[in-house]
Amino acid sequence: MRSYLLRRLWQAVLVLFGVSVVVFLILHLTGDPAALLLPPDASAEDVARFRKAMGFDDPVAVQYLRFLKGALRGDFGESVRHGEPAMHLVLERLPATFELAGAGLLLALCLAIPAGIISAVKRNTLIDYVSTVVALMGQAMPTFWLGIMLILVFSVRLSWLPSSGRGDLQHLILPAVTLGLFTTARITRLTRSGMLEVLGQDYIRTARAKGVSEQPVVWKHALKNAAIPIVTIVGIELGTLLGGSVITEIIFAWPGVGRLSVQAIFNRDYPVVQAAVFILASTFVFLNFLVDIAYTWLDPRIRFR
Amino acid sequence: MTPPNGTAVALPARVEVEERRWVMTLKRLARRRTALFGLGVVSIVLVAAAFAPWLTPFDPLEQDINQRLQEPGWQTAEGHVHALGTDHLGRDILARVIFGSRIALVVGLSAVLISGVLGMAIGLVSGYFGGKVDDFFMRLADIQLAFPFILLAIAVIGVLGPSLRNIIIVIGVSSWVVYARVVRGEVLSIREREFVQAAIALGSRDGRVLVRHVLPNAFTPWLVVATLDMARVIVIESALSFLGLGVQPPTPTWGGMLADGRVYLSTAWWLATFPGLAILVTVLGINLLGDGLRDTLDPRLKL
Repeated sequence: MRSYLLRRLWQAVLVLFGVSVVVFLILHLTGDPAALLLPPDASAEDVARFRKAMGFDDPVAVQYLRFLKGALRGDFGESVRHGEPAMHLVLERLPATFELAGAGLLLALCLAIPAGIISAVKRNTLIDYVSTVVALMGQAMPTFWLGIMLILVFSVRLSWLPSSGRGDLQHLILPAVTLGLFTTARITRLTRSGMLEVLGQDYIRTARAKGVSEQPVVWKHALKNAAIPIVTIVGIELGTLLGGSVITEIIFAWPGVGRLSVQAIFNRDYPVVQAAVFILASTFVFLNFLVDIAYTWLDPRIRFR
Repeated sequence: MTPPNGTAVALPARVEVEERRWVMTLKRLARRRTALFGLGVVSIVLVAAAFAPWLTPFDPLEQDINQRLQEPGWQTAEGHVHALGTDHLGRDILARVIFGSRIALVVGLSAVLISGVLGMAIGLVSGYFGGKVDDFFMRLADIQLAFPFILLAIAVIGVLGPSLRNIIIVIGVSSWVVYARVVRGEVLSIREREFVQAAIALGSRDGRVLVRHVLPNAFTPWLVVATLDMARVIVIESALSFLGLGVQPPTPTWGGMLADGRVYLSTAWWLATFPGLAILVTVLGINLLGDGLRDTLDPRLKL
């Protein structure tokens, strides 16, 4: 198990290294970072002075090493717009994004796993059809449209819930539903098909044959074995949630990293963009490392690899 | 190896078998009602995109300030009906929804083609050669997956500037991972099969083995992935348009229409509702078709 985790840890470090290269390259895509960072009406003299001050005339490898050195210390430079360290701005908004993504995931798990199990156990009944149709719709619905429709119904028409900002639980409901629905739909379908597969296995028949009642068969014997693909998908869905939070935050004016970074892109505030992309990607890598640890606990076979 | 006239005899028979297999597949697909529904929806969207100008009396770009924000079903003086209403510039929403399908499909098909070919190539090489090559590409895949896709796309397009070409390239180049993983998995098992081992033993070069023997057998799962991925690409395209980083106005895009409609949400609900429904129905159709293809072609495939 230790060698498994060590290998995973090494892979995570490699991935983070790759992430840093990509984040560095964002600024160098057009070949001239100075032109991106300075306003378009900057004089040639200013551009030259700026290039020199920022070290943009150095070889790309040298620039990357300088960038990496800064990044490792959490230094991505100052925000052009806010005059604060970019990293500071991102970290300030990170809790809001975590709150939203966490609520979305929690909602998804609480709805999807029971729905998937019930769907599988009561296969081909009305309840199964309803849950399948809802899941199919949920997978096809674009986040931004769902968010707008929820605002239209619950904020504009019914005035039940606030349509923007962060605050108490009421503010969280609409964004969390918006963000969580796609993940809910995916996990529902996966749980259903996973449970159907497991419920057809010999050991389930054996358990039933020896007189274990239906409840423990489903919730203990079957669910534990259907859980592995669910955990895998949760790891992947974390990425979907962090990415989806970009759109959701904009629709609901949620003060998180996603909204910050989109605003930063429109303001040409690239240090903030770089810091935000780096932090969100690192978060994803770290969470997936935790998912790997969860595997060893769920699937004893991995421990002996 | 093959006698010169041997291919001429063998080929028609093979084509016939292939054809029969496709007909069988289509028949089996047609027996699934949900897949058939998906196929129907996709066909309708394709027809709408191809024949857009003939399907509506309105020009999607023509503004008429006297007709702005009219409700669905509004009849003009000339007797034309704005079935889905008009937007804030008096443009017909139905016409814009129909024309919007063009951008969605062009971006969807092109990006899927780019990422599909890229992913197929990487999956083939990675699975066939294994070892260091495989390690390299799989780490690359991990790196790609570490980024919240939409955020990376926004950042890159924000730097390069929004244009149809840039959107297609950015989505296409960064979506290869699913294809590569699925194809790689297929290749790992195909590689060990007798016909591949026989071809290698007979001295076929790697390239030939890959293209002639491995690729055709990895094609079906690839097709399923491509179908399902098309739905994802269409959502991403509309998300980019929604943020103002898609194909620029006045070209109608579903995402762009949604962004316009959001401003008038409290007074004119139809502006944001219908383009969103168009995305929903299109994506649902493609997903159902993809699910059907998977169930008929390759039921073991986990996607």
